[in-house]
Amino acid sequence: MKRIDYVAVRAWTPGWLMLMAGLAVIVALAGAAVLYMEHQGHHVTGMTNQVVWGMPHVFAIFLIVAASGALNVASIGSVFGREPYQPLGRLSALLAMALLAGGLGVLVLDLGRPDRLIVAMTHFNFKSIFAWNVILYSGFFAVVGVYLWTMLDWKMKRAYKPAAITAFVWRLVLTTGTGSIFGFLLARDAYNSAVMAPLFIAMSFAFGLALFNLFLLGAATALERSLSLDLLRRMGKLLALFAAANLYFVALQHGTALYMADRGPVEAFILMNGGIYTILFWGGQVLLGGIVPMALLFRSQATRCHIRFASLMVVAGGLAQVYVILIGGQAFPLGLFPGMEVSSSFMDGQVAAYAPTLAEILLGLGGCALALVITIVGISAFRILPAQLGATEARE
Amino acid sequence: MTQAPSRRDLLKGAALGAVAIAPGLTLIAPAVQARPAGIPASAVNRWGLLIDTSKCDSGCTACVDACKTEMGLPALDRPATDAQYIRKVDVKDPKTGHQHSLPVMCQHCAKPPCVDVCPTGASMKRADGIVLVDRHICIGCRYCMMACPYKARSFAHEDQSNQKAHNPRGKGCVEGCTLCVHRIDAGGRPACVEACADTGRAAMIFGDLNDPNSEISRRLSKEASSRIRADLGLDPAIRYQGI
Repeated sequence: MKRIDYVAVRAWTPGWLMLMAGLAVIVALAGAAVLYMEHQGHHVTGMTNQVVWGMPHVFAIFLIVAASGALNVASIGSVFGREPYQPLGRLSALLAMALLAGGLGVLVLDLGRPDRLIVAMTHFNFKSIFAWNVILYSGFFAVVGVYLWTMLDWKMKRAYKPAAITAFVWRLVLTTGTGSIFGFLLARDAYNSAVMAPLFIAMSFAFGLALFNLFLLGAATALERSLSLDLLRRMGKLLALFAAANLYFVALQHGTALYMADRGPVEAFILMNGGIYTILFWGGQVLLGGIVPMALLFRSQATRCHIRFASLMVVAGGLAQVYVILIGGQAFPLGLFPGMEVSSSFMDGQVAAYAPTLAEILLGLGGCALALVITIVGISAFRILPAQLGATEARE
Repeated sequence: MTQAPSRRDLLKGAALGAVAIAPGLTLIAPAVQARPAGIPASAVNRWGLLIDTSKCDSGCTACVDACKTEMGLPALDRPATDAQYIRKVDVKDPKTGHQHSLPVMCQHCAKPPCVDVCPTGASMKRADGIVLVDRHICIGCRYCMMACPYKARSFAHEDQSNQKAHNPRGKGCVEGCTLCVHRIDAGGRPACVEACADTGRAAMIFGDLNDPNSEISRRLSKEASSRIRADLGLDPAIRYQGI
């Protein structure tokens, strides 16, 4: 195998400083949004007793799901032995940890009592999938951290393969855990299905790789490091495959539910008459997040521009998908009396209204910015990025 | 040194007590004893309610109003975020037009999903079946609200004022019906049940489902009743008639 030179990114250059300053502003705004929401209480957000998880959770779940998917590139190189991917393994592991940190940051800061984080770390109800996830998420940092170490340190070479396999298995279990947060909700017609776990794994493959591609393309441009189009096309094809897998599980999710008579109303709501949720489902999740990227990436002559655009579409479609699952699933009323018309002062029987507030969106964007800050600090402090990524072809 | 009371003293006391209390007894008064301080709740009891919806008038909100007063739940005119431990649900069969009304609160399930999903154990079930939130360790993740099939929980969306000593509330924590555990522990019955008896049509009976001699058990053994979403198999302690 060819020797790969990894070079840390030069920090403190004007461009680096400008980028970091921009991201710091977003993180600071998110911090201010958190102070505002926590000081006033959640009544200043769009969240209610009906829609209890809102926009912050959309970002948090997207980032957490994408985190495990961002590890794909490393796993393909190490666990599955594909050499062309191996030079990017370090970035893959770093990005995975950074995205998870960003997602968890958002999740934790939207708790009703974020000051009690230590309680969540010291009191475990082992029947709770949430408690398992606390362990899975913390463990992910440790497992992927060691994996990254084995990639960075030549002396750790012996541990490379076992660490890679452990990380791969761990990320599959982690995303199973995240999907099962919804899968285990027995009373909500939009969830309560074992398919949520594999669906979330497919989502993670697609979202994580899309974010990885976008970061890689951005870094290659900003740092003027060459990036092999051949490698990009391979990753593009893989992304198309993951988008297809996502659509397959979505079809399975809704197909199964449509077969059950009692799930008819919730399916009609999401697929036909749910207003914003129906638009986001067909227009965002299926068309922009699935069909368009597949059409662009399955072509043999996909350009850099196609791959960048398709990756962006997978991210946009992914956010739409999480929004539809999370908010759409809660907006549809709980069925206490199946087949009956109900009304109450507590909005029984009504589709719940939800409009995200600026503070919630800022908190979510803050998580994305935090993930980027961590990644950029990482590639500046360590030799993560290869000096060149297959410089055999001229850049377009 | 104090001497243990003799059997004769005990019987005398019991007889005197019975004479003193008997005139105040009504048919729906629960045979509930106060639980002495320091003695934990026991699985010998399972507290529950039987609600006869044929006696529940659509416009009557006596139970809801009593709950708000008892638990110190102010109306902030923000219906989407105001806490509601109990609400009246009007149910109509679209096929037949038949309508009825019933109160819905925490159903104090034997297998509560809120307790299963709570990451810290803040959502918990007492030995006597009452499902509560320990607000010292609730982190406000709201997963219990996602998991509850009965939409029985509320989130404290703002700072709280004028709280009741028996119902401390905290911004950022989840809360819900406690079955008026403070009254039950003192030998009383829930405020909603009392209000329904006083100003409604006595549609609600409170009692010990584990005691075959309690009025609620006797009624349940003789009359048909059902649970909301019985299909979920959660074994709620709130039974209904006429749904």
